[in-house]
Amino acid sequence: MRKVTVFVTLKQGVLDPQGKQIQASLNSLGFQEVEEVRVGKYMELTVEDGPNLAVRVHEMCEKLLANPVIEDYRVELEEAEVL
Amino acid sequence: MKFAVIVFPGSNCDRDMYHAVKEVLHEEADLVWYQNSNLESYDGILLPGGFSYGDYLRSGAIAASSDVMVQVREHAAKGKPVLGVCNGFQILTEAGLLPGSLMRNKTLSFMCHQEELIVDNNETIFTAGYEKGEIVRFPIAHGEGNYFCDQATLATLKANNQIVFSYRNNPNGSTANIAGITNKQGNVLGMMPHPERAVEALLGSADGLMLFQSIVQNWRESSYVTNV
Repeated sequence: MRKVTVFVTLKQGVLDPQGKQIQASLNSLGFQEVEEVRVGKYMELTVEDGPNLAVRVHEMCEKLLANPVIEDYRVELEEAEVL
Repeated sequence: MKFAVIVFPGSNCDRDMYHAVKEVLHEEADLVWYQNSNLESYDGILLPGGFSYGDYLRSGAIAASSDVMVQVREHAAKGKPVLGVCNGFQILTEAGLLPGSLMRNKTLSFMCHQEELIVDNNETIFTAGYEKGEIVRFPIAHGEGNYFCDQATLATLKANNQIVFSYRNNPNGSTANIAGITNKQGNVLGMMPHPERAVEALLGSADGLMLFQSIVQNWRESSYVTNV
């Protein structure tokens, strides 16, 4: 088994009202240096290893884990086998 | 005309939709559970509002990848009517049957009130009974109704007259004030406001009834032509 990490973020140019609100809250807590916050998702998958692992995970992202209309994704495959 | 109201775990406007079609419009309707369903005998498919699968991952994303959507896709490909309201609209965009996506309201808050809509296109099977430019009042009830699409998609929507309803006073930040769009063929309509909650004066507005009547009227005419 391999551990796969998927990061999903909103595309540049897509407004993130939640991020904007978090930024405003950080500013009001005294963290004036924060200019932008973008909220995303982090997912951990444990997947049976195979020759097409990377391709399969990208398919998963395109089909379900991310919405390509509004989101970008990044995949990290851990080298080590998970027992 | 026979309608299927698809019920997902977490749908909560299914009864409203059923009531509108069955008891107000007096047409046939079934509440159809999303599993082990057969949609072949239905003339129209209604995807109701609610919070299918608790909005897990993204609103509508899990429902969009369920087996029943394969049949909805086939039904749509045959040119038969599909109407998705609120969560139903979110499911249609997630399934790729309609372009764009519904995002968190600009204000971040859940909104539940009546809105004025403009009928931008009355040359669809859903809006033929309205006047072009007519103002209608439908309730909205959503936290993620902020329609987003890129500029190229917006240009296509405009060029094909796919924008059917727009908000008079944009409540949620939607691109181009969009409240409802069809696919290019015009037989799949997705909209955030609830026509099924505006079918009797007692509910505050009966403006939504014409939408359902338009679908039925078109179906009668086209099935008459087919059967002659």
